[in-house]
Amino acid sequence: MSVDLILFLILAVVAVATALGMLFSQNAVYSALFLVLNFASIAVFYLLLGAPFIALSQVSVYAGAIMVLFLFVIMLLGADRLAPARVLPWQRPLAIALAFVLVIEAGYLLLFRSAPVGGIFPPSATFGSPQEVGSMLFNQYLLPFEVTSILLLVAMVGAIVLTKREKGERG
Amino acid sequence: MMLSEITTAGLFFQLVPWIVFFPVIGLLINTFLTGRMSEKVIGWLASLASFASFVVAVLLAYSLSVHPEAVTVPVAQWIHIGNLALDWAFRVDTLSVTMMLVVSGVGTLIHIYAIGYMHEDVRFKNDLGRYRRFFVFMNLFIAAMMILVSGDSYLMLFVGWEGVGLCSFLLIGFWYEMDTLGRSSWANSDAAKKAFVANRIGDFGFLIAAFLMFWTFGSLQFDKIFELAPQVAQASPGIIVAITLFMLIGVTGKSAQIPLFVWLPDAMAGPTPVSALIHAATMVTAGVYLVARSAALYTLVPQAQFVVALVGAATAFFAATIAVGQYDIKKVLAYSTISQLGYMVAAVGMGAYVAGMFHLITHAFFKALLFLSAGSVILGMERGHHHLAHGHSEHEEEILDPGDMRNMGGLRKQMPVTFWVYLVGALALGGVFPLAGFWSKDEILADSSLYYPLVYWLLVLGAFLTAFYMGRQIFMVFFGQERTEVAKHAEESPAVITIPLIILATLSVFGGVLNLPGLHTLTAWLEHTIAFIHPGEFNLTVALSSTILALLAIFLSWLVYGRKPMTAGEQDPLKKMLGPVFTIFENKYWVDEGYWAVFVDRYIDLARFLAQTVDWRFWHDWVHDSVIASNFKRLAHFLANPIDLGFIDAIATGLANLTQRSSAGLRKIQNGFVRSYALSVLLGVVLILGYLLIK
Amino acid sequence: MVPVSYYLALSAVLFTLGALGVLVRRNALIIFMSVELMLNAANLAFVAFTRVFEVLNGQIFVFFVMTVAAAEVAVGLALIVAIFHTKQSIDVDQMSSMKG
Repeated sequence: MSVDLILFLILAVVAVATALGMLFSQNAVYSALFLVLNFASIAVFYLLLGAPFIALSQVSVYAGAIMVLFLFVIMLLGADRLAPARVLPWQRPLAIALAFVLVIEAGYLLLFRSAPVGGIFPPSATFGSPQEVGSMLFNQYLLPFEVTSILLLVAMVGAIVLTKREKGERG
Repeated sequence: MMLSEITTAGLFFQLVPWIVFFPVIGLLINTFLTGRMSEKVIGWLASLASFASFVVAVLLAYSLSVHPEAVTVPVAQWIHIGNLALDWAFRVDTLSVTMMLVVSGVGTLIHIYAIGYMHEDVRFKNDLGRYRRFFVFMNLFIAAMMILVSGDSYLMLFVGWEGVGLCSFLLIGFWYEMDTLGRSSWANSDAAKKAFVANRIGDFGFLIAAFLMFWTFGSLQFDKIFELAPQVAQASPGIIVAITLFMLIGVTGKSAQIPLFVWLPDAMAGPTPVSALIHAATMVTAGVYLVARSAALYTLVPQAQFVVALVGAATAFFAATIAVGQYDIKKVLAYSTISQLGYMVAAVGMGAYVAGMFHLITHAFFKALLFLSAGSVILGMERGHHHLAHGHSEHEEEILDPGDMRNMGGLRKQMPVTFWVYLVGALALGGVFPLAGFWSKDEILADSSLYYPLVYWLLVLGAFLTAFYMGRQIFMVFFGQERTEVAKHAEESPAVITIPLIILATLSVFGGVLNLPGLHTLTAWLEHTIAFIHPGEFNLTVALSSTILALLAIFLSWLVYGRKPMTAGEQDPLKKMLGPVFTIFENKYWVDEGYWAVFVDRYIDLARFLAQTVDWRFWHDWVHDSVIASNFKRLAHFLANPIDLGFIDAIATGLANLTQRSSAGLRKIQNGFVRSYALSVLLGVVLILGYLLIK
Repeated sequence: MVPVSYYLALSAVLFTLGALGVLVRRNALIIFMSVELMLNAANLAFVAFTRVFEVLNGQIFVFFVMTVAAAEVAVGLALIVAIFHTKQSIDVDQMSSMKG
């Protein structure tokens, strides 16, 4: 029982628990907060896996920006509990069953079909550092990088257009 | 050319096919090439074709005079099946050449006459386009008659026999849709049909005879049959009797003897040149020719000979009695023809072949003359009618039969030439010395007095009546006062008509020289072909008695018709004298009516029965409608309703319904809920993953 | 040493939970958050494999995923807000006018 394993297990439990919490919570704000915790635990995972840059971008982008945005919208629209479902009663049990099947399949895949890959070795000191990520990003992946910037621009414009109110619309 | 060259080279004999080919060429040219040419071209061309035949016949006669034995000239192979070999070959012998000369000679004169006659007739009937057709048919007739007389077998004879029957039909029914006066009527085509049907019955007899001959002798050629005949007659004479008697049926048909003569009087419906050529001079003599040709067979069976002679004699007397009571100028001549044919048939039946052929020749002359002159008279009457129709408005002229002798009278003033030639013809027919008819008829009477007394007495009585009715005709037509306005305005015919008449009259006067007793020219000539001839002796008693009888008959006719001529509207004086007997003659013994009642009406009844009961009620109404049609309808209904509507439509409709229902069902997937769509996505993922895992 | 398969198992579980959330929840925002969860689960798998193969391509990919997720969230939330203006509700069951 190494430290890594114990750490992994604890973090895994946290991740799964928070995910479940997000799933079953009736209050939207609680769901959002649970998800933030989930993201945080995943960030720690990244750290464990030797991706410090990614870990911290996870915290700042996901947990910091995206979830904040989510919370803004939740506040805007109200976190009211929805009325109970009146249609498709068969859908929920079926969905749960299918999810279960999926897990079984994934498990089967992992246990009996995967080739042995080997363990995680200790990384080098600069593995996953910003410098390395950056150099790869700006050399090999320059085009996607630029395209992504345009994507972000498009997203901004889209967000503004979608929420723009026409003249005469009620505020 | 040297005489020897001709005889050894046989040059002219080889010309014999041209007697048929010239008229055929004539008719082909007239059919195809002379469309827009004048009537003169058409008529003279046809006459030229006939004359060319005559020239060939003369050359053949000349050739025979040098080389009298028969010559056969083959022309074409016809039927060759197994042992059967039937070919077309010409036989040139004295008998056939005699016939050829008569047919083409008299035929040419009649063609020339017809140029003028038809010129007026098509104008009277108002159809100028039909002129050409007449001459085509006339040439066709000459061709067919030549085939008849020149064939070397009964088969070729029969081909010609049928051909002349066809031409007779075509020419009798020339004006098929109108009557003599141009009014719409089917009388002419009925007469043509009657001729054809009556001849058909005769042809049937001929065919049976031909079949019997082929069966007995194995061939239809004259040479072969006549060679084998004596042996067959020894073994079984019955077959020869059968053959000859069946041939007699054919003779009664074609030569208008009892019982099939009924077509000849009706055939007068045709134009006068037709009556002259076909129904007086040539076609009707084909039967006489047939018996003469078959002399070898007839002489073997005296029983058959007697039958033939009796039929001929009976017909001669019978027809003469009818002629006495007829009013139409051509009908008198028609019955006269039947009567004279009876003389010929009686002659050849008795075995007096020369007498028969002699009378055939002289009869051709004077009967053609009489018919053509009668045509001239009729034309004169039509001209008179034409004159009255134009201009003379004060004379309201009703439609008048130009051939009825009761409308004539005193025509010798208006038509002198016609009168004189008619007189010559009548005297020749009456058998007055020294015209042609006297010699030929006398020879027949002389021979019959030797062989069959019954025949002799019938023929003598016939001769008396012949002279009487001809006298009656002359007095009625040419003497006395004109009985109608039309007669008063009648006109003489033009030269193209009168010249042939004069030629024929001359022949009628001098024709007797052909076989004067003592000279026996014709006898010697025919002896080369018919082996059973003997020169007829001149019997003074017979000659004197027949001449006296003829003169007596003429005197009697003068008493009745000449001394006190008939006036307009008056009844025939003989009717008053003879009463009911005259009525029988007038109504021709009601023979036609009898035939109609016994045969024709029964046949029509049978035909009607077959048509209406068997064909319509049984076949059409029952079998077709009740059995076939209704069952078919039932089947169709079955196929339509249960099968088509029920089954096939069900498939089609069912398919449509299926599509509709399945689409209605499938439409429900599109429920608009995101959750279900997402579910299906997940389902898909799970399934694909599962598939990949299982793989 | 933690074997890679553990990380992958965890990733699978998180992914399934995310999928379940998309299907079961009716609140549009919760559904969106579940989608984010799924994306994260995928990122985790990427990073795990980066570590296995000792090259950084996986991390770069995660970087891009994050960027795109951010853009997507921006637009998506704008959409949800726009829908709320129309339907006055964020219950996805109410948004069934595409039915038929």
